[in-house]
Amino acid sequence: MKQNLLALLSGTLFGIGLALSQMLDPAKVLAFLDFAGAWDPSLAFVMAGAVGVTAVAWWWQDRGRPAHALIRRGGWSGIDTRLIAGSAVFGIGWGLVGFCPGPAISALGLWSFKPLLFVAAMILGMALYAPARATWSTLQFGNARLFDSET
Amino acid sequence: MIEFTPWSALAGGSLIGIATAILLLSQQRIAGVSGIAAGLLEPTERKQGWRWMFVAGLVLGTVLFQLLGGDTSQIRIDADSTVLVIGGVLVGFGTRLGGGCTSGHGVCGISRGSARSIVATIIFMVTAAIVVYLSRHVAGA
Repeated sequence: MKQNLLALLSGTLFGIGLALSQMLDPAKVLAFLDFAGAWDPSLAFVMAGAVGVTAVAWWWQDRGRPAHALIRRGGWSGIDTRLIAGSAVFGIGWGLVGFCPGPAISALGLWSFKPLLFVAAMILGMALYAPARATWSTLQFGNARLFDSET
Repeated sequence: MIEFTPWSALAGGSLIGIATAILLLSQQRIAGVSGIAAGLLEPTERKQGWRWMFVAGLVLGTVLFQLLGGDTSQIRIDADSTVLVIGGVLVGFGTRLGGGCTSGHGVCGISRGSARSIVATIIFMVTAAIVVYLSRHVAGA
C-alpha cells in the first residue's frame, strides 16, 4: 500500500515535471530535434536537471542497500543488435510525432483525441512485440540474434 | 514560435529527477515509462498495482499542473491521425525491442553511467533528428 502511494507520488511529480518543462508539447520537442531549423536547446536542460538529480539518487542507493536487478553500468558487450535496432525504430516514431512514452501518457490529461490515438497505437506496438519476438526468434541478423539477447 | 525556456526546463527536469529518485530509493525500481507501461500488458506479471499508480500519476500530474495555473494552451500536435498511428506503433515496438525510452535509457541509464543506455540515447536522438530534418527540410521544402 505504501509502495503504491509512493509510486503514485512519483508518477504525479514526473507528470508535473513533464508539463512544466514542456516535454508534453510535441512542437517544443520537435523544435529541440530540429538542428537545421530554429533550434531550441531547452530540452537539453530538462535532461540535465533529471540526470543530475537521478545521479545523486544512484549514489545514495549504492551506499545503502545493494541495488538488485537494476541497470548495470556494463561495458560495450551489452550493446547488441536489439538495442540498436529498437532505439532506431523508437527514434523514427519520436521524430515523426514528437511524443515519447512518458509525455504521451501524461498528455492524456489534456483530454483531447490526438494523445489518446497515439497512446492506443503505442500500446498496440508494445503488444506486437511479444508475438514478433516469438515468430522471429530463430532469425539471425549477422552474428547477433535480434530478439534473443535477453538482458 | 518556440521560445528558449532554460529555467522551466531545468526545474521540470529536476522534478522528473526527484520522481525517479523516489521510485529508486523507496522500492529499487527504475522509472522507465515504456517498461512500466509494457508491464501492464504482461498477464504473468503479478505485482501490477504500483505500475497502475505510476501511470495514473503521470495523467494526474498534467491535471494538477493545469489546476495550479500552469498553461498548456500552447501545446501543438501537428501530426495527423495516420502519422500518429504509425509513430505510436513505432514508439511502442521500438522501446520494447530496445529495452527503454527517454526516461529509462535517457534519464535512469545515463545517470547510472550505463554504456548501453548512452548508446541507446544517442541512437534514438540522432534518428529522431534525422526524421525531423527529412520531414521539415527535405520533404517539406
